[in-house]
Amino acid sequence: MSETTAHAQSQTTHAQTHTGQQHPIRLYLFVWGLLFVLSAASYMVDYLGVQSYLRWTLILLFMMLKAGLIVAVFMHMAWERLALVYAILLPPLLVLVFVALMVSEADYTIFTRVAFFGAGP
Amino acid sequence: MAQTIETLGGADLRPAGLRGVAADFSSDQRAFKTASWGKAMMWIFLLSDTFVFGCFLIAYMTARMSTPVPWPNPSEVFALHIGGQDVPLILIAIMTFVLISSSGTMAMAVNFGYRRDRRTTAILMLLTAVLGACFVGMQAFEWTKLITERVRPWENPWGAAQFGSTFFMITGFHGTHVTIGVIFLIIVARKVWRGDFDVERRGFFTSRKGRYEAVEIMGLYWHFVDLVWVFIFAFFYLW
Repeated sequence: MSETTAHAQSQTTHAQTHTGQQHPIRLYLFVWGLLFVLSAASYMVDYLGVQSYLRWTLILLFMMLKAGLIVAVFMHMAWERLALVYAILLPPLLVLVFVALMVSEADYTIFTRVAFFGAGP
Repeated sequence: MAQTIETLGGADLRPAGLRGVAADFSSDQRAFKTASWGKAMMWIFLLSDTFVFGCFLIAYMTARMSTPVPWPNPSEVFALHIGGQDVPLILIAIMTFVLISSSGTMAMAVNFGYRRDRRTTAILMLLTAVLGACFVGMQAFEWTKLITERVRPWENPWGAAQFGSTFFMITGFHGTHVTIGVIFLIIVARKVWRGDFDVERRGFFTSRKGRYEAVEIMGLYWHFVDLVWVFIFAFFYLW
């Protein structure tokens, strides 16, 4: 983390001024390349017509890897203070509870639709 | 690398790990010690935006799961006729690569901003804006194509009517974010180019001193737009 002190002299008077997220350009280029490869891979899932559980697993896997790389490196989350990391990353996980609720609701809706209207709208 | 430095008063006396998190949140001070207010507030705004997009994607999931009418196959709907054959999802793939590239140039702009390289930072930010504008342009093309094929928020030629409403809602909201981002990028790039952050010129709107951190905060917004597209690409176009 020695690069973070590069501009420290001029800014030590400001308690709030942090000295910036300075990381090597190589790292960004590497992640950029990885994101390209992962996007190409998820496109190939569709292009090659992979179906069913393998398709969904691959889509979710590539999606999470891409999202993780963007948040961790491009948005510097890997270097942020843990308090910020938890405050930002934990709440979206609770959305999964909402997802579970709506899955059960959607199952019920389609059940009543099919039961009362047959295969209609 | 997860531990960051405390610039005030030298050593950081707070404990590491979860104990550190508890200490930060229970301290009678700012919780996000090393993140400035500007950065913390952008993160919290992005968290709220996460919930907005989360609700849209959940609404789409619910609609798709609860309709007995077949859902249109996005692979075919978004195919383009190139060289005598239909290439599935090709436009969406190109849009994805354009947006990822814009994220790459933005990350590098932040880096050059902290190196106080005004010229390179501004050029990289403008390049990001151009790529973002390309993305919106391609989205306009995509919308036009679907509208001429009679896709409406209440109907479409291929099956479940909800396809149109969720498509226009989700991509429309994302496109709006990209457009706002492009405007935001141009504004910050102009400030960088003019040297506002070197002389700590006060902002027109906030009258606060401008710092190079503004580039990073702008970058957070831009990467978030790319991040949302990752989820839309997976759930709407590939699923």
